[in-house]
Amino acid sequence: MNFFDLGTIDHQAAFLRQKALVVDVANGSPDALILCEHPKTLTFGRKFHEANLFVPEAELAGRGFLLVRADRGGDVTLHAPGQLVLYPIIDLKRACCGLKGYLRKLEQVAVDLLDDFGIVAKGDDGNRGVWIGQKKIASIGIGVSRWVTYHGMGLNISTDLSLFRVIRPCGLDVAMTSLCEELKRPVLMDEVKQKVIGHFKRVFG
Amino acid sequence: MIAILVPDLGDGITKVEVASWHKREGEAVVKDDDLVELVTDKASFNIPAPVSGILRKIHYPAGGEAVVGSLLGEIA
Repeated sequence: MNFFDLGTIDHQAAFLRQKALVVDVANGSPDALILCEHPKTLTFGRKFHEANLFVPEAELAGRGFLLVRADRGGDVTLHAPGQLVLYPIIDLKRACCGLKGYLRKLEQVAVDLLDDFGIVAKGDDGNRGVWIGQKKIASIGIGVSRWVTYHGMGLNISTDLSLFRVIRPCGLDVAMTSLCEELKRPVLMDEVKQKVIGHFKRVFG
Repeated sequence: MIAILVPDLGDGITKVEVASWHKREGEAVVKDDDLVELVTDKASFNIPAPVSGILRKIHYPAGGEAVVGSLLGEIA
């Protein structure tokens, strides 16, 4: 398994990196995981409904949001600094898990990370993502090409949660939360990344 | 004729939406190239062409819903 920490990177640049890795993995390279953060970006999945955007697109651009149509499932979601974005590039044929099994494993990585910090979280087969009680801490939307996954999961570590007010995240009326919000203290992103890599190796290894 | 079927995506997913075809009827397709995009709630799933040839028939155009195992199209 290869790990790529791209730091803070534009959504489109990270997308191109993913697509290149998808070709490599489909041709037999080891599975990979990209870790990164994005500047303030709203992405619209294949199940996007206009009603889930509370502010007109033109105004959002004026407020500094980048707007992206993404070829993933799901509705609208927000990326911003302080959110750890995971893009697993996994060959589903080699991994021998169905789509739902893959999504569950992805959620499990976040559940295990949060457990390290003493937080009880869970995935949800009905409403995908990772939840702490009724609050959502991670959102999921994926793409698959040549049986290889791309796109992935956004996990809020120290994200400015007020940014979510411009959307109905994933089309759900839910409160978003973050690791720092739950702990009421700062957390180092590098520490989180190291833990995530460990859990990812174990869950997908 | 080689059939392009809605694959079993696992764990009880029974129905998918056809989001788009990357090729039109009559166009040449290359084995392993993405041919048709299916969408479930959280995933966009591109089905690769099983063989090289000509896309002869599309049975489910974009916007339609298909159940697992349905004949999406045919390559000859």
